Amino acid sequence: MTKLFGWTGVVLHIDLTTGQATREHPDPSVYRAFLGGKGLAGHYLRPHATRETDDPALPLLIFAGPLNATIAPTSGRATIMSRSPLTGGICDDSVGGRLGTQLKRAGYDGLVITGRSDVPCGIEISDGDVRISGTDLWGRTSDRVFDRLESAIPKGASLACIGPASENGSPLGSILVDRRHAAGRGGLGMVMAAKNLKHFTIKGTGKVRVHDKNGLKEAREEILRLTAASPVLLGRHGFSCWGTGSIFDLMDSRRMMPTDNFRRTRFENAASLNAAAYKKRFSPRRHGCTGCHIMCKKIADDGRTMPEFETMSHFTALVGNTDMELVMEANELCNGLGLDTISAGSTLACLREITGRDFTPETLLDGIREMARGGDLGQGALHLAETMGRPDAAMTVKGMELPAYDPRGAYGMSLAYAVSTRGGCHLRAYPISHEILRKPVATDRFSFSGKARIIKISEDMNAAVDSLTACKFTFFAASLEEYAKAFTAVTGVDMTGFELLEIGERIYYNERIMNAANGFDAADDDLPQRFFTEPGTSGGGVDIRPLDRETFLEARRSYYFIRGLDEDGLPTEAKTRELELD
Amino acid sequence: MKSLCEKYAAKLAAQRLADPGEPLIGGLDAELAWNREDPRTAELAKVFDLLSINSLVFSRPAEPYAAIIDFLASRHPETIRPQDTETRTFLHDIPVCREFTGEAVAAHLKKRKSVIIPGQGIASFGTVTPEQGFVFYSSTIFSCFVLFFSEYLARARAGTLDDEYREVFASVSAGLSDPCTEPPALAAGPLETEDQALAAMAEAGRAVVGYGLVDSFFGNISCRLNDVVHISQTGSSLDELEGCIDPCPMDGSATTGLTASSELSAHEDVYRRSDYRCILHGHPKFSVIMSMDCARIDCPNRGQCHIKCTECRTMDGVPIVPGEVGTGPTGLCNTLPPAMARTGAALVHGHGVFTAGATDFNEAFIRLLDIENRSRQRYFETVKAHE
Repeated sequence: MTKLFGWTGVVLHIDLTTGQATREHPDPSVYRAFLGGKGLAGHYLRPHATRETDDPALPLLIFAGPLNATIAPTSGRATIMSRSPLTGGICDDSVGGRLGTQLKRAGYDGLVITGRSDVPCGIEISDGDVRISGTDLWGRTSDRVFDRLESAIPKGASLACIGPASENGSPLGSILVDRRHAAGRGGLGMVMAAKNLKHFTIKGTGKVRVHDKNGLKEAREEILRLTAASPVLLGRHGFSCWGTGSIFDLMDSRRMMPTDNFRRTRFENAASLNAAAYKKRFSPRRHGCTGCHIMCKKIADDGRTMPEFETMSHFTALVGNTDMELVMEANELCNGLGLDTISAGSTLACLREITGRDFTPETLLDGIREMARGGDLGQGALHLAETMGRPDAAMTVKGMELPAYDPRGAYGMSLAYAVSTRGGCHLRAYPISHEILRKPVATDRFSFSGKARIIKISEDMNAAVDSLTACKFTFFAASLEEYAKAFTAVTGVDMTGFELLEIGERIYYNERIMNAANGFDAADDDLPQRFFTEPGTSGGGVDIRPLDRETFLEARRSYYFIRGLDEDGLPTEAKTRELELD
Repeated sequence: MKSLCEKYAAKLAAQRLADPGEPLIGGLDAELAWNREDPRTAELAKVFDLLSINSLVFSRPAEPYAAIIDFLASRHPETIRPQDTETRTFLHDIPVCREFTGEAVAAHLKKRKSVIIPGQGIASFGTVTPEQGFVFYSSTIFSCFVLFFSEYLARARAGTLDDEYREVFASVSAGLSDPCTEPPALAAGPLETEDQALAAMAEAGRAVVGYGLVDSFFGNISCRLNDVVHISQTGSSLDELEGCIDPCPMDGSATTGLTASSELSAHEDVYRRSDYRCILHGHPKFSVIMSMDCARIDCPNRGQCHIKCTECRTMDGVPIVPGEVGTGPTGLCNTLPPAMARTGAALVHGHGVFTAGATDFNEAFIRLLDIENRSRQRYFETVKAHE
């Protein structure tokens, strides 16, 4: 076989039932069609997309991209993908740390993990050596797993694990990677638990072959120059200096901060709970994924991982808490138990609204612990609200809890939430980029005009980004134009930014096909009723009205048309054929 | 979408980047809409079929820009590579397309943000709004203007001018509008309240655009009130600043500057080092051209002057500093503040001019205008001395 540049040309299949590891060499055309990361993982998920999440044959997919382990900026990420136990739809999480880099350096473009071990186990991959062995860490929190294994694994290896929440059957279960990074959303930890897989380690010593080193260097310089010019990334108030929490002040000033379970959009105590307040109190240092110069992750002076923006917001405004230390504890507890912080915060907010009882520090932390035990609370907001007879109190889309951007303050965000293949997720189209952060240019956040096409193009772009695999934040500054140049330099495959967009379209449509196979249609591409009937918190010259239902539906109809779906949001034969997905 | 298309068509004309009635701007959501009817839209519509975009800007530039781009396209048949900051950072280079067909235009726009079609005009696109296309179109004109005059001066210094260049240069130079010499009467300081500061900023921003001292939205403006810097937002049009100014406390107690101009750091450091209260930053063309003019042909840093220049260069006493946009290690945030604090004005190599005022924007504006007019005068004097 001709040796590839960029890609390793090898996908490793591990069957935990038999203990067998086999190597597959996909046809180069598969790489051209799906790139890597999210795209390639989706290609491998498609034949199994309707399997139950505890079916041993359902694969857990871990994929790197063609740019991993090269000098292309922020390309150290990886994709973890499977069917979501929370939504029943597809779910891919882009995760940082060292995972993608080590996977590539070990010689693999991806891992396909199937089967179910008889006993709790761990996988250890070191270049060509693959070992599956029993583990006594089942039931332990993630921090205990990292404490125990980090010193025992080779230096620089990547380590991923689940916590007790996944083991106890919570579909909010996350996968923790390299202690500080989470594949948080959609309950992929529970898929891992269903395979009796507690942890896996990957270490590689190989190098990725780069076709044109000078071309890659030139592309890298262009991307670095653009990120240096970005206020959001490397500016004095940007992510590099303050972490993603730097967006906290902005969300509040724009009256988009979900407060009291989305009943209000302004939080009176925001000024004392912003990134500056955390910085003053915890003196965080910078941390980032392998190959990243932005370093948006932060570590407190006492060694704890600082909360991301969504966690800061949901564990304060959404649940009615004003204690910063409690946010730190909740974040630490969620990560230790292996719970997605966004879904956890939102589920607690739902409980608070239904019961009418405010949290104390003790009851809030107890609530998190209860979630990890896998009872009703641990099944997420939708299940909880339905069980308690108040389905209206679940702020979810497709069963996934919404993050910390109120859709009444950014209409593109409302459409993006509704049509996202993953459910209540801000990262598919990420219209916050232009509706709030003004990149690449500002759009009117209180208008649906043009948004349907913008959302479609952005979804395609981010599908390509997650497949390369790069960090979405970089695209507040750079574009696919510069990354296409890096891709061509690395792989030797001629590619323009628009051709990457076309591949992104195929990758995203493939997800719609899989979701349709699981029964999703237009009824699932919708928002909680509250956003159409109740206003947010107006003031400061900003009027936060309920979304107009008819205008929203019109925008969704436009989106379906532009995306090549039928009126019920379902894939069409013609478009499926056009994208060579039949 | 149609109203947005009309808005940016009008803006191109208002900024004298295209003749009124010339621009064609298409916007696509579910359906394609144009700012006006024209037989060429049938060909241009094909670009929407071939590229995943939502807007397309096409126009023949107004003179003298049309003559400039046609000349450059004849000298650089495939790609034009200006060396100014806007090109280096955002455009990278500008391809030349020889056919006015949807297919040919799309093939070039697949790779770059704008394309020159000699004799026809410039095409650019947006994936979010027509504003992107407007900005790329405007930046292309700016970059080509700077390249045309810079290259002429460099050739004059090197003694390599040819008759054709001389002829086009003479014609283009004759077509330049007369310099504005009378500054506007802006709100007088001291600016003591937030409302006064915001109104003064909006007024000064409109004046900077109105006097042609900045193109598209690449400029910024700030005003210090106590320990809060009010600064124009990133990507804001200086002639539309109402609602687009961020208050940024200098004590680091809030991160509302997340959407502020990428030059916030530089502005803040100027204020920390001096008693100035107002800063203007524009991209006047001849100032940019003169900032890049250097007689040291054998300098080891040639080609990387924008980050490595070690000379203490000035334009009529106004310091010229190296530095890239933003906050990187070679960012102008490191080089600009000391120079500004010393003299109240500085040019950044290939980028633009920053000027400061102690009480209001009048002083800053007068300096900005004066530097541009002196740069223009020095440019033609230098050319003449070498021709």
